[in-house]
Amino acid sequence: MMWSEIDTWIIVIGALCAAGCAIPGTILVLRRMSLMGDAISHTVLPGIAIAFLVTGSRDPMAMLIGAVVVGLLTAFLVQAIQSLGKVEVGASMGIVFTVLFAFGLVLMRQAVDHVDIDPDCVLYGSIELAWFDQDPDGLGIPRGAIVNGVMLLANLIVMLLFYKEFKITSFDPALAKSQGIHPSFMHYLLMTMTAATAVAAFETVGSILVVAMFIVPPATAYLLTNRYGMMFILAIGLSILAAALGHVSAITVPTWFGFSGTSTAGAMAVATGFLFICAWVASPSQGVLAKLWHRASMRLRVIREDILGVLWRLEERGQQQLDALQLSEAIGATRWMVLVALRGLQKKDSIAREDAHWSLTERGRIRATKLVRAHRLWEIYLDKHFPQDSHQLHQSAERLEHVTTPSMYSSLGDAKEDPHGSRVPGDE
Amino acid sequence: MSVSHSISDARRSIPSWDELVRVLTLEEYNTRVVVLGVMALGTAAGLVGTFLLLRKRALTADALSHATLPGIAIAFMVMVSFGGDGKTLVGLLLGAFVFGCVGVLAILGIRHTTRLKDDAAIGIVLSVLFGLGLCLLRIATELPNGSAAGLSGFIFGKAASMVASDAMTMGMVALGTAIVTAVLRKEWTLLCFDEKFGEVQGWPVLWLDVVLMVLVATVTVIALQSVGLVLAVAMLIIPAASARYWTTKITSMLIASALIGCMSGWLGAVGSALIPRMPTGPVIVLICGFWFVFSFIVGPNEGLLIRQVSRVRLNRRIALQHILRSMWEVCEDNNKSEFALESIVHVRSWNKRTVLKLLRYCAKKNYVTSLPTNAWRLTEKGKAEASRVVRNHRLWEVYLITYADIAPTHVDRDADMIEHVLGRDLVQKLEALLDSKTIPLSPHPIGASE
Repeated sequence: MMWSEIDTWIIVIGALCAAGCAIPGTILVLRRMSLMGDAISHTVLPGIAIAFLVTGSRDPMAMLIGAVVVGLLTAFLVQAIQSLGKVEVGASMGIVFTVLFAFGLVLMRQAVDHVDIDPDCVLYGSIELAWFDQDPDGLGIPRGAIVNGVMLLANLIVMLLFYKEFKITSFDPALAKSQGIHPSFMHYLLMTMTAATAVAAFETVGSILVVAMFIVPPATAYLLTNRYGMMFILAIGLSILAAALGHVSAITVPTWFGFSGTSTAGAMAVATGFLFICAWVASPSQGVLAKLWHRASMRLRVIREDILGVLWRLEERGQQQLDALQLSEAIGATRWMVLVALRGLQKKDSIAREDAHWSLTERGRIRATKLVRAHRLWEIYLDKHFPQDSHQLHQSAERLEHVTTPSMYSSLGDAKEDPHGSRVPGDE
Repeated sequence: MSVSHSISDARRSIPSWDELVRVLTLEEYNTRVVVLGVMALGTAAGLVGTFLLLRKRALTADALSHATLPGIAIAFMVMVSFGGDGKTLVGLLLGAFVFGCVGVLAILGIRHTTRLKDDAAIGIVLSVLFGLGLCLLRIATELPNGSAAGLSGFIFGKAASMVASDAMTMGMVALGTAIVTAVLRKEWTLLCFDEKFGEVQGWPVLWLDVVLMVLVATVTVIALQSVGLVLAVAMLIIPAASARYWTTKITSMLIASALIGCMSGWLGAVGSALIPRMPTGPVIVLICGFWFVFSFIVGPNEGLLIRQVSRVRLNRRIALQHILRSMWEVCEDNNKSEFALESIVHVRSWNKRTVLKLLRYCAKKNYVTSLPTNAWRLTEKGKAEASRVVRNHRLWEVYLITYADIAPTHVDRDADMIEHVLGRDLVQKLEALLDSKTIPLSPHPIGASE
């Protein structure tokens, strides 16, 4: 891999652009309006085409204005068709942005001899070439870096100025209204931000990467935190990381298979997706793994408590103790889970082993007594308040015994005999 | 460099009459293929799109179409590495289909296992898979044997590259779609309007949904070549959304949607063949958009015009009933049969001009006559109508006072709103309930006294 100044600048431009997108993107994701970002980044195209046809030049200011106007028009039309035409919001978005995008494509094709932006460039952007696009007095800083840097700064300022307003309007529009904050003003401010960001970013990275940067890093951040401010910080951090990761993998990964490299913009989009999958799988609070782990540890606790209960009842009836296989049959759990649970109990010194058979220790007996007591008290309680047949009674109590807190014991009373005629232990 | 120049360039080459006839009658082979193929596509998309729209899955289809790109690139690479030329359409479309389905599954996965909502799930799948597709396409261009140059045609569509067999495929898909839609029409309708009921009734709701999405994926995939994947979703939802403004019946909506799709395809293909530098896909979408705007404005079901007209009518009827009641009550109050304009103006919060306009309207309907003494009088017809309105108003007031324990000073407003919609049955019930055959006296002072 040959690293050069150009690569550094590509990452800097990508990171500036991505961080700029992450700010409106976070608010969009929180408001469940992510696809408005998608729609607006498509309608940047007709905006630019119209600006070009009207002014006849590639003046960036004209393009910015054109794109923002068409972006706001998109937001307005989506709302109008949704409310006046009684069309569901997704369909309304789909109608507006496809028609406007098609219009943009036709305009571009009409002016094809005079426009040096073609539809492909709209999708991919030209971040690889961004370094060569420098103003003579730009001090060696590419134009893309300046444009995206300014946009990031502007977004930061707007976000900080309206930090609280965006928060309230996103989570509780009714409260916002009562506080004198106009939800529709905030809505169109956000739409303006989105459109301006999309047009600033799209020339360097193309419209699809804009969509990825708007939606994916904030969505990833949403899986990692519950705090509003933290979500902005994480989204910005993740988008910068994705930009760096994207470019590095664009110039390295294909070489492993004998190719020279691939589209940096595309790879940055894929990198945001990669980070999202990481968070999806491994987020400490929301991740799939965390949820699986939580479920497994719950299940293990229940099995451990069931083992204690079974051993206690065997002792009560003076029957022979069981080995692991018999225990797993008695409880109805897999043998593997039972073995793990037995190991846990042994570690806590609750059970002891005598040639493959397990029995309670003194410590285990105290815990088991509590569990069986809870079980039988529940049976009494349920029998009294929700009469059911004795098998059902047992099943319900079996579930409730695991969630009985100490304060519940006192409310369950102190009866001595359960509905099956067994003694309620542990009151002595 | 002048821009208006470029447009006038295009205008200058307006097609001659011969050309127009040749294109419209499909004499040219290329045009014929494209037009027929696109018409078939429009029909199929219109049919499936109806259910897609009613199921509120419009943007899922957008994600699906974007997700096909990596499938196309991978299919190309696989075919090239097995020694083919990589451009076999069936193979490419198969890859597209598989990845479209992967995209939909990923959306469902994200929605069910995280707290993210549909919008974010769709956005993530759409942008990430499309980005992956771009990466793979770039890599595919470097493959030693086989040229990937035409692959990016799937992004914006390249109808000109269609051949007869493609049009045949489109026709077959359209036929298949029509058959499946006809067979599953009732079941899908149930799925769209009352999924839970269907579930309770024991319908295989999940499988119905899967068949629908598979059909959507199929139609999207055949749309790639002509309309392109960015705009494919437009073919699915816009005809259906337009059709909704014409009917409330599912069968007629299906027919209307298919027709609109088919017509848009035809007009778009013909238009782009006639006018130079008009890309087929976008033109078809623009024509769909035109249909939508047209239906949105003039459609008889919830169309903008019809709603405006009925709103104006309703407002006029309400205003008429208000002035009739005011006239009647002023006469009752003064114990006279005629009244001055000013006395009416004081009754409600309206101005002289409005009242005068309404009085003229009443005179036109023969409810009042203007007297030479600059006063007005209710005609017999006007009296009958006015007493009916007054009666409704007061019956409701008395009802509220007697049965809802509302203070007499507060009932006027409620009755004011309900008097216009009290039907005959309700009035009869009120009469029976209140045991009243005449017009009750007003329970509160009349007119804007405060």
